[in-house]
Amino acid sequence: MQPDIERVVREFVSDNYLYRNIPISPDDSLIASGYVDSTGILELVSFLETTFSLEIADEELIPDNLDSIGRITRFVDRKLSEASGRGGNGQRP
Amino acid sequence: MCGIAGFINRTESREEQQQILSSMVAAVSHRGPDGRGFHVAPDVALGHARLSVIDLSYGSQPMCNEDASIWITLNGEVFNYLELRKRLEAAGHVFRTRSDTETVLHAYEEDGVQCVDALNGDFAFALWDSRRRQLMLARDRLGVRPLYYTMRGDSLAFASEVKALLQLPDVNAELDPLALDQAFTFWFPLAPRTPFRGINELPPGHVLVAVDGAITTKQYWRLQFLPQSHDARPSRRCEEACTAELRDLLLDATRIRLRADVEVGAYLSGGLDSTVTTALIRLTGTNRLRTFSVAFESDEYDETRFQREAADALQTDHYAILCTARSIGEAFPKVMYHAERPILRTAPAPLLALSALVRNAGVKVVMTGEGADELFAGYDIFKEDAVRRLWAHHPSSRRLPLLLRRLYPYMPAIQSQPQLYLEAFFRPSTAPDADPFFSHRPRWATTSAIKLFFSDDLRDALAGYDAVEELAATLPPEFASWHPLSRAQYLEAAYLLPSYILSSQGDRMAMANAVEARFPFLDHRVADLAARIPPALRLRGLTEKHILRKSMGHLLPTNIANRPKQPYRAPDAACFLGPEMPGYVHDLLSPAAIEDVGCFDPSSVAKLVRKCAGRPTVSCRDGMAIVGILSVQLLHHLFVRRGAASSVSSPMAGVA
Repeated sequence: MQPDIERVVREFVSDNYLYRNIPISPDDSLIASGYVDSTGILELVSFLETTFSLEIADEELIPDNLDSIGRITRFVDRKLSEASGRGGNGQRP
Repeated sequence: MCGIAGFINRTESREEQQQILSSMVAAVSHRGPDGRGFHVAPDVALGHARLSVIDLSYGSQPMCNEDASIWITLNGEVFNYLELRKRLEAAGHVFRTRSDTETVLHAYEEDGVQCVDALNGDFAFALWDSRRRQLMLARDRLGVRPLYYTMRGDSLAFASEVKALLQLPDVNAELDPLALDQAFTFWFPLAPRTPFRGINELPPGHVLVAVDGAITTKQYWRLQFLPQSHDARPSRRCEEACTAELRDLLLDATRIRLRADVEVGAYLSGGLDSTVTTALIRLTGTNRLRTFSVAFESDEYDETRFQREAADALQTDHYAILCTARSIGEAFPKVMYHAERPILRTAPAPLLALSALVRNAGVKVVMTGEGADELFAGYDIFKEDAVRRLWAHHPSSRRLPLLLRRLYPYMPAIQSQPQLYLEAFFRPSTAPDADPFFSHRPRWATTSAIKLFFSDDLRDALAGYDAVEELAATLPPEFASWHPLSRAQYLEAAYLLPSYILSSQGDRMAMANAVEARFPFLDHRVADLAARIPPALRLRGLTEKHILRKSMGHLLPTNIANRPKQPYRAPDAACFLGPEMPGYVHDLLSPAAIEDVGCFDPSSVAKLVRKCAGRPTVSCRDGMAIVGILSVQLLHHLFVRRGAASSVSSPMAGVA
């Protein structure tokens, strides 16, 4: 499941923050690289919520969860398994 | 106030030179619709488009001295001309007019190029001394009035605006890659660089002397702060003294700026600064005062309530103009025609509408509060610097990063950010004591992100270039010895103010409608004093403009005296990408147009446009990118391609 999530996340980051094909590693910080400014992060959150049918709580809006493609992928993966573990409707794209 | 233009050492016939000069002056005639004047002689041509404000009958230009050996064409005002005149008359000079321009002629006869030291004003002038065959160009200290020049072999041409230089048969506009890199780092090209290759601006506080094809430029003034060691905790007595001195000086700066033979009005935004200047005008005892302001539909930008309050308290006849996202979008090409440089926000557009309102009311001169934020530490970037600096020294503090919440309270997009994101964004990435630009790193990082849109060709042209390094090379040698607040203020006052704020929002938007703006805060005596006032009195804790509030607060309605800074802002991306997208935006941001100009990557821009068009809110970076990219596309359209202005709104028709 991870590679799929990563592909979708990478595509979103590329289309909405980089706007072009720039080599970016899963560990590159989106903020430190200047790709996301302090006002741009909510775009990512609403994308993840819609695409993966997640609910992301305010306290989860932290760089540890969302500041690189790798972190976002792991975060989404975790949320999805939590949801399916609870019998929720953790759909994949 | 006017437009000036001219040249030396051109080889065309006298008739041809007259013709060239005439079209140069025509190109800046929006700055001075009241009359045109020309002086063409072997080796020199000086032109002038006049906005008559002082000595309406006899002040026409170019003007010469008694034996016609020295000629001047001047844009702007020398506000201390009455005092200067007394001194010059005592030294034996005989005046033929009442104009301030004539005092400069005599001051030059007396002191030569150094005459600028005695001038207090907003001016840009060219002075031809036929005996020495020498052309002198000079620009006021803070950079209120513009002055551009370009050289071709031994010849030099100058003008108030770039568009006049483009009338010369051998001058074309070509976008300068380094200027674009600077604009998308700092918000402006570093003077003398302009967006156009080979066209320079004379930096503020400089004179240029051209003799026989050789030019020298020299700085005659700059903002000079005291070393940090002088800035220890100011005593109460020191504070009282600064308060009193500032009060007297601001009143005098306002008093001499009321010198005009026409009505003087005032901009009144409802903020502290313009309410101060308006109150000061009132204090000088004028009977009737007309004030003008901009209103917006959205509460995020609108300050109508405060404007009313200030106008009522100061008993002015107040006029306001409502600016909508649509009107801003429609006016933007005209804004770019006048600004002549990339811009990242739409804030100039409402000011263009405002000066039209002023002009239509029959007022030619307005007082404005510009400059107070730079000189008295009004911008949030100064607080941001203070918080980040403290935090850098106490990195494990839990309390300090919470202060980040107090920054930019007027920007919902920032306020809605999760705390840890704010922290990640503002977290110091350089050592505060070692990095001269510590204060500006976050702003420059956000701005530089727009370079992601640069085309491969532009990236290639910029390979290895570092704009910040170039800026560092222009800092005064004492810079590092100043208090951090002084350093941050210098970056704003010496660079951003003349090169962005005054260019795109001050002189240029007012003169587009032949309105002369006057800036009491930019009297160089006020600037000198501000730089001597201890930093703790400029920014006290996180209260901006402390000393200004203290010395002026008693003149203002309480609500306004205590009002936190609300920077002047206008809707950005929404003006261009909403349901009523102006036609030219569609054309200029199309992949074909982007490809044609060559500065940006067509598919990246297409993605940006698609993304922003589909969203109710747009991030700071994306909003700046839209405005910045569109501004460069327009610069290319209006100045590089010339003649293809038909697709944009009518004011450009004259350019074609």
